[in-house]
Amino acid sequence: MRIGVFICHCGTNIGATVDSAGVAENAKSLPDVVFATDSMYTCSEPGQDGIIRAISEHALDGVVVAACSPRMHEPTFRRAVERAGVNRYMFEMANIREHVSWIGKDKEANSNKAFELVRIAVEKLRRNRPLTPKYFPSTKRVLVIGGGVAGIQAALDCADAGIEVIMVEREPSIGGKMAKLDKTFPTVDCSSCILGPKMVDVAQHPKITLYACSELESVSGFVGNFEVVIRRKATCVDNTKCTGCGLCAEKCPSKKSFDRFNEGVGTTTAINIPFPQAIPKKAVIDKSFCRQFVKGKCGVCAKVCPTGAISYEQQDELLTVQVGAMVAATGYDLVDWKVYSEYGGGRYPDVVTSLQYERMMSASGPFGGHIKRLSDGKEPKNVVFIQCVGSRDVSIGRPYCSGFCCMYTAKQAILTKDHIPDSQSYVFYMDIRSPGKGYDEFTRRAQEEYGTQYIRGRVSLIYPKGDRYIVRGVDTLAGAQVEVEADLVVLAVGVEAAANSPHLAEKLRISYDKFGFFMESHVKLKPIETNTAGVFLAGCSQGPKDIPSSVAMGSAAAAKAIGLLSKDMLESDPQIAQVNINRCVGCGKCINVCPYKAIREIDFRGQAKAEVIEAVCQGCGLCNATCPQGAVQLSHFTDNQILAEVEALCRC
Amino acid sequence: MSVLTGKERRIVGFLCNWCSYGGADTAGVGRFVQPTDLRIIRVPCSGRINPLFIVKALLGGADGVLVSGCHPRDCHYAEGNFYARRRLEMCKNLLPLVGIDPKRFEYTWVSASEGQRWQHVVTEFTKQIHALPPAPVFPESPEIERLAACAGE
Repeated sequence: MRIGVFICHCGTNIGATVDSAGVAENAKSLPDVVFATDSMYTCSEPGQDGIIRAISEHALDGVVVAACSPRMHEPTFRRAVERAGVNRYMFEMANIREHVSWIGKDKEANSNKAFELVRIAVEKLRRNRPLTPKYFPSTKRVLVIGGGVAGIQAALDCADAGIEVIMVEREPSIGGKMAKLDKTFPTVDCSSCILGPKMVDVAQHPKITLYACSELESVSGFVGNFEVVIRRKATCVDNTKCTGCGLCAEKCPSKKSFDRFNEGVGTTTAINIPFPQAIPKKAVIDKSFCRQFVKGKCGVCAKVCPTGAISYEQQDELLTVQVGAMVAATGYDLVDWKVYSEYGGGRYPDVVTSLQYERMMSASGPFGGHIKRLSDGKEPKNVVFIQCVGSRDVSIGRPYCSGFCCMYTAKQAILTKDHIPDSQSYVFYMDIRSPGKGYDEFTRRAQEEYGTQYIRGRVSLIYPKGDRYIVRGVDTLAGAQVEVEADLVVLAVGVEAAANSPHLAEKLRISYDKFGFFMESHVKLKPIETNTAGVFLAGCSQGPKDIPSSVAMGSAAAAKAIGLLSKDMLESDPQIAQVNINRCVGCGKCINVCPYKAIREIDFRGQAKAEVIEAVCQGCGLCNATCPQGAVQLSHFTDNQILAEVEALCRC
Repeated sequence: MSVLTGKERRIVGFLCNWCSYGGADTAGVGRFVQPTDLRIIRVPCSGRINPLFIVKALLGGADGVLVSGCHPRDCHYAEGNFYARRRLEMCKNLLPLVGIDPKRFEYTWVSASEGQRWQHVVTEFTKQIHALPPAPVFPESPEIERLAACAGE
């Protein structure tokens, strides 16, 4: 074999702490290495041309590049060697940047370690075989998990491109958090007026099937061929019969049910349609309040329903669907702010969350658009907003900025003045974070045009005084303690990953960070992809973002899914398991451990043997480690190759 | 010279490509300084690791072996790390039988986002290995060689 080795300087990223030229010089002594050199930026065009030239000049049939992580540039270099006529799997990478130069400054130790990593890459490459990918068909259908604005956008874009979409939503209606908002910044557009038509589009699009009150039960399969089980939770209402007339809700005697849609502002009936624009517009029974379930008798809704849609015996239903790609758009939840005892910890009725305040202002909310205090129904005159409640706070494990609270607080201050012209708003803030088109101008308007008083500092205590509250804080710009009398306090509560996000991530086999947000494939360059092929991210499931970013990400996820499914056949990774039929004793252990059912038993001249279904194998190598005979070998990660790497590290 | 005498020990790492290898990358991107002893071998899944690899490394002169995979329930291949967990625990328990101090081998779970955790794991494990005497020299074992050879063909 004739191997060429290329050691990258990556500018000074590697060059500063690794002697790249020295490593290249040493590499010439390795077995089968006929050419070794160092290059400034191997991934650049001249760098890649250098590889291609060396391949033809030195008749190389294998290439090792020592540079950054293979998770970054392995595909780049594979393409480069392929352009020079070398099979793209006759290539190995040594990670001397993330694993060497960036984690230590000792140049001698680093250079030595870099050389060792080159050595194991060469040993592995010497045992590589050229591989050719296989092709397999895919299901042209996309599953969108979550029906907030990001999911809606992804679904509509896919459907408009002619791809079937299945949307799963946990709540009784799609719309997500945006549906709860009264207005949106920085244009003060009515939220439901801009979102509503999109929700209707989802309901009416011939390519979209919507399952509300449903959750993902399990996922199996792989890119292009996922099999998804959806749990349709019992709503006790037959959706094929319910017309959404609302008569049941009118007559329901249980009027004190918790109003989830209105964030607990006001109450609702046990059977209800969450809000006037709900999609699907179907009634749902909340079993924890329904008298039929709590007391065992009632049945009023069943009696009044003109279409006989009520069915108390309804059970959860499991539904299996095949999809080719999935978009996770599960959004966010608010941090549990009640951990803050200084804000009353939930004891004061007039200390509300920003989302509750949206419902209090909304014309479709429980107060019909007239802001009232929850305690006595009076119109508040002094409103205090407190920002960063559960954001940028290491003490409760939420060190990150929730991103959009500064903006909606400015919006809410403006709207407060619009609703109650003789009111005065105060905002306690840490910093005003308003990057975005027209955003900073907007916060300025809140201050200059609407007279909102911005006080830079934290609040240390809220306590009641008569029927008002005293908000005590510090004004760090004036260097003084301040006390503001308030009728209403609105907390800009921070964002956290939607409840159960880690659980869903585990089902989707994608990674999540320590806060539960889903991990993108690359922070900068692959923000939509995950490490699992065919699973894409949209909206706040990946991290806090505002509406325009969520919509953009929804469209981006759709573009990725459409791009994936636009091909009739998908290319499989040929780094898969292979069975040496002479060695296989037909014990079937590999068949049992394979998570993808990619190994089947065949009859070979009267003997049972294992056979790998090439398009299905995902290359995990479980079978390889299980086979007592070493008959199943994972291409490019064979026992021989890994042992050669071990040997190279230990015996030299 | 594979390790810097007096300064480094020979530590072999087997890392799952999808999580811990990414976690080590994340640590690198974050410039989380680590000891230089560890050499990482990339594998597709912790379930790919045959305990033989670990024993071979330790018998071959490695001072320590570190295996790291995805957190249980979070496997890229659904269940590979469950198999890994059983095998690795068993391997650790059996090491004394071949005369190897089980402290020379650890397995752990680090996700792709846990750069800082990776730094901690590497630093602690390297410390642990430095506290032990250098790896014992084992005579060439024909039986192990035979096993390895037949596994690899």
